Amino acid sequence: MKEGTYIKQPNRALQVYAIVFLIVLYLPVLFIPLFSFNDSIYVRFPMQGLTIQWYVDLWTRESVWAALQNSLTVGLWVSVISTGLGVVAARAITRYRMPGQSAIVTFAMLPLIVPGVIFGVALLVLVSRLGIPLSLYTVAFGHLIICLPFAIATLLPRFEGFDRSMEEASADLGENGWWTFWRVTFPMVAPGIVASLLLTFTISFDEFIMTFFLSGTDTTLPIYIWTQLRFPREFPAILALSTIILALSFVLVFVALWIGRLGVVREQVSATNAGS
Amino acid sequence: MTTNDAFISIRNVGKSYGTFRAIDSVSMDIAHGEFFSLLGASGCGKTTLLRMLAGFESVSSGEIFIDGQPMSDVPPYRRPVNMVFQNYAIFPHLNVAQNIGYGLRKLKLPRAKQDQMVDEMLDLVQLSGYGKRRGHELSGGQRQRIALARALILKPKVLLLDEPLGALDKQLREQMQMELRRLQRAIGITFVFVTHDQEEALTLSDRIAVMSGGAVLQVDSPSALYEVPKTRDVASFIGNMNFLDAKVTGCVNGHAHLDVQGIGRLDFPSAGTTLTEGDKVSVAIRPEKLVLHDTAPVNGSKAIAGEIALTTYLGERSHYQVRVPGCDTPIAISTQNIRMHKPQEATIGRPVWLTWSDDALIVLER
Repeated sequence: MKEGTYIKQPNRALQVYAIVFLIVLYLPVLFIPLFSFNDSIYVRFPMQGLTIQWYVDLWTRESVWAALQNSLTVGLWVSVISTGLGVVAARAITRYRMPGQSAIVTFAMLPLIVPGVIFGVALLVLVSRLGIPLSLYTVAFGHLIICLPFAIATLLPRFEGFDRSMEEASADLGENGWWTFWRVTFPMVAPGIVASLLLTFTISFDEFIMTFFLSGTDTTLPIYIWTQLRFPREFPAILALSTIILALSFVLVFVALWIGRLGVVREQVSATNAGS
Repeated sequence: MTTNDAFISIRNVGKSYGTFRAIDSVSMDIAHGEFFSLLGASGCGKTTLLRMLAGFESVSSGEIFIDGQPMSDVPPYRRPVNMVFQNYAIFPHLNVAQNIGYGLRKLKLPRAKQDQMVDEMLDLVQLSGYGKRRGHELSGGQRQRIALARALILKPKVLLLDEPLGALDKQLREQMQMELRRLQRAIGITFVFVTHDQEEALTLSDRIAVMSGGAVLQVDSPSALYEVPKTRDVASFIGNMNFLDAKVTGCVNGHAHLDVQGIGRLDFPSAGTTLTEGDKVSVAIRPEKLVLHDTAPVNGSKAIAGEIALTTYLGERSHYQVRVPGCDTPIAISTQNIRMHKPQEATIGRPVWLTWSDDALIVLER
């Protein structure tokens, strides 16, 4: 007798496909941490022996630390500002009906599909016309454009699932709009806000194209990695750096997903609030 | 009732959404400590009116006074009213005690005093010991009590309830009805209660406003609404009613002579009515006020002769549809089964006679 129900019956072909898919997706990435411990500047088999010298080497490089600091600074500001704007936008989109609303939403989401090169060139032309010197500020501005749609897309479902009577109840119990926001709205959408912060930070941290066009003398980590690729003897150190970034990105994304799931659980709770 | 002792006074209040008129110039007065219900089918404007009292909807025309104060420019968070929402709106990120104490922040009381007030409310709604629980750990009835406690802790002058029992099953609903009545008597504040359930409104209310299509049809006590409805709409909305077409054939000595479909000539006192000769009216009678007989009454009193068209046995009572010559629709009768119901009573076509007491008939404009 076959196991499982009609829908859930085992599908061998699908299992094989899933495994092949995952291997193709992640095998190349796995070579990076692998060779970052290789005791040779050439990436080829057989490996020469284990070492952590490339990590030690990284530790002592001033320029890496400077680039990391730039990336973190830009990432933090961009994530906070884009999430803040995203909260305002998501609230407005879900709360008010305005003429041409769907057009406005589509417009706000446009940076998701417009190639970064085009935005990069456009912004470069703009800032040079305006005589603004390229700096980390122009980089952050470029990142903001990329991140804002992600922030809105992350926050929108949370605001859409928000029961309006919650805010009415707060007003009814004597709290004005300001206090209602901080005592009811904010805590209820907090998981979405944290998820948006983590996501936009990751995007800003990884961003290359806009940064390439808009950065001045201060560079971010991705740009630093790119410039170092010209020097073959620097390559193992880049592998080590990439490994660290990879690990941190994984942790961030998992935390974001985990917090996002907490939010879903909360929503189910408020859904049972309405039902039963 | 005069405007003077009215606690809530609704004066010519209207509400428009664009060209749609949701509420059409409604006026009513609600006394202090009254349990007042707004009753009507969905879309009749009862919830809109309640939300206007709470301040969630603006008033398009007219004015609402609460305790003598005009409310138009008062935002919801400054009104002396609190509301129990239809879905309870329990804050999911707070526990029961935090939910109940939500409105206390502005009173700037010491912590211990706040805790004491929350405990008192938990006692009042019989949920002592539940303070640390979260909303989703509670049943519908318990969430309902928390919503009540949260609204009552601020000692509002008026409690607004938006179909608070709609989501509960029948048994729990009846229990909560008793509870609400007990609470309202205990604290003695005005309750304004919105419901589409006429039985619930009759059970709970001191007075009921029957609404339809954005207008108020009648405001009266439950028994007055049921026994002497002023219009056909009210009569058919509250309970069941038989309507017999009738025509006024003459008015003599303070009596109006009516020619009633299926009955024949009937006399009604015409004092206090506008009945004039030639008027087409309806004579209404409740199904339970008709008495069913197997034989014709011997003393020559008025009776309707007919035959059984349909019998519905409900255990404690039976419903009959009786077809009467000269009537378009069968007449509905409801009788208490005080004797054992025998199957042959349900035979279709069995001849029966219906009698009634004189005060059971109501004359309504058609």
